Amino acid sequence: MSGYLVRRALQAIAVLAAMSLLVHVLLALMPGDPVDLMASGDPRMTAADLQRLRELHGVDRPVLERYAAWATAALQGDFGWSRSFRRPVLEVIAPRLWNTVLLMGSALALALAIGLPLGIWAAAREGSMVDRVVNLACFASAATPTFWLALLLMMLFAVRLGWLPAGGLPPAGSGLSGGLRHMVLPVATLALVEAGTYARHLRAAMLEALAENHVRTARAKGASRMRVLLVHALRNAMIPVATVAALGFGGLFSGALVTETMFAWPGMGKLIYDSILGSDFNVALVALLFATLLTLLGSLLADIACAALDPRISLAEAGRE
Amino acid sequence: MSPRRGLGRAAIALAATLALLCAAAPLVEAALGLDHEATDLLARLEPPSLAHPLGTDDLGRDLLARLLHGGRVSLLVGIVAATIAAVLGTGLGLAAGYLGGRLDSILMRLTDLVIALPLLALLIVLAAVDLTRLGVPEDVARSPEAGLARIVAITAAFGWTTVARLVRAATLSLRSRDFVRAAVALGASPARVMLVHILPSAMPTVLVATALAVGEVIKFESVLSFLGLGIQPPVPSWGNMLTNAQELIWTAPALALWPGLLILATVATCNILADAAAARMRPGSGAGRR
Repeated sequence: MSGYLVRRALQAIAVLAAMSLLVHVLLALMPGDPVDLMASGDPRMTAADLQRLRELHGVDRPVLERYAAWATAALQGDFGWSRSFRRPVLEVIAPRLWNTVLLMGSALALALAIGLPLGIWAAAREGSMVDRVVNLACFASAATPTFWLALLLMMLFAVRLGWLPAGGLPPAGSGLSGGLRHMVLPVATLALVEAGTYARHLRAAMLEALAENHVRTARAKGASRMRVLLVHALRNAMIPVATVAALGFGGLFSGALVTETMFAWPGMGKLIYDSILGSDFNVALVALLFATLLTLLGSLLADIACAALDPRISLAEAGRE
Repeated sequence: MSPRRGLGRAAIALAATLALLCAAAPLVEAALGLDHEATDLLARLEPPSLAHPLGTDDLGRDLLARLLHGGRVSLLVGIVAATIAAVLGTGLGLAAGYLGGRLDSILMRLTDLVIALPLLALLIVLAAVDLTRLGVPEDVARSPEAGLARIVAITAAFGWTTVARLVRAATLSLRSRDFVRAAVALGASPARVMLVHILPSAMPTVLVATALAVGEVIKFESVLSFLGLGIQPPVPSWGNMLTNAQELIWTAPALALWPGLLILATVATCNILADAAAARMRPGSGAGRR
């Protein structure tokens, strides 16, 4: 187990290093350079000032040289300064990282709470009306653009009915219920587009599991229908679902980015989007790296869940190949 | 007729209708006397009428005509990018599945990695890259065609993973079949075995995976365009038609309805088609011919 974790950690470091280099090169290709932006904010700057600023920030040096300088500083814990927030990058990112984890975690929990029972229900009544409706709903859920669902929910619950706020964080001092009210729409949006995938995969896996010998034996021994479904079949059927979840964290983060942007939820996704559009490249780079770390951690957790569910999978061997 | 088959047929009908209508957008426009580019500031946000079957948008442009033209763009991007992704993914999947070994494990690691990345964030970075800094002339970089080509390139560059995984799985099962082993025994080169013997049998899988990829690409295109980083106005796409809709949800909710509904229908259609085709390919699933 510890060997496995070490291997995964090394992989993650390699991925982050590659990612930081790639994004660094890409960010150098963005329109506008930081010094021009500073100059546009201060009309008194002269050409000589600009040149000095360029040298100070190293904008005039080659990309790889700048990357090396950034990486050296980053390894010492200095991730740079945010131009638009006028604070160190890490201070900008920390609260937003928590907001995103909160959003993604709640949405994933809700998606599983909706998707898994539906998948079991559909599999238990294969071919029935229920099965067909769930099947269609799953296709609809997987095909719905997240931003459009966000728009619809906003239109219905915030504009038409006025039940829930259309976005943002609760004002300070509004307490737990105020916080929850602001979370409802973003979490529901993200959960609804994710739920279909889980329901579909669980249904397919349940059908497969229900046809297995041990399930037939359980039935023959007189186990109740519920017991067969929830105890004997479900455990095996959860394995492919855990695999889907492990591979799904990248997609979940993409969904979170859209949801955060739509509902003005101050999380990592919105931060990445805003900082790229606002040319705050120090923030964009580090936020992207943290987002990558987040999705890698998510898949690691799901892999561990997979191994816990399936005694045939040994983590010690899984990483080796 | 099994329900799944019925759904599959409905999907084919819907796909054909949508594709035909969008492809024939200029004809439909001419027949109905509409123009997707003509603005009419005196007729902004009009409700549906005879002159404008679905009403007009915030600049007084006809909504139906823009939806059809937007569909042309969205479908074109989806099909072209998915085809490129399919060719790429098929090549990688064949090589990984047939040659196996180190190559296989590296390719599959790479696939898992691409899937695990926060892809949309990366696509946003790619979409924001200034093409002139790569040596593309200013006027070319700002043209609508360059915008199209860019979105096709970046969605294709990340859209190959599903195809590669599915084709690899198909190749693995085909590799040990007698006709393939006979070809190997007769001295066929690996390239010949892959392209002449395995690929034709893996073609149904490739098509299923391509249909899935079309849906995926259309979703990515729509969200990038919505965020202002994909297809640029005034060229309409279903995604960028929704950009303004967000500010108009108080005054004109209908504007937000149609483009999203069409994206939903198109992507669902692709997925249902792929699912129905995959069910037909599975032996003994009861959905086969017979």
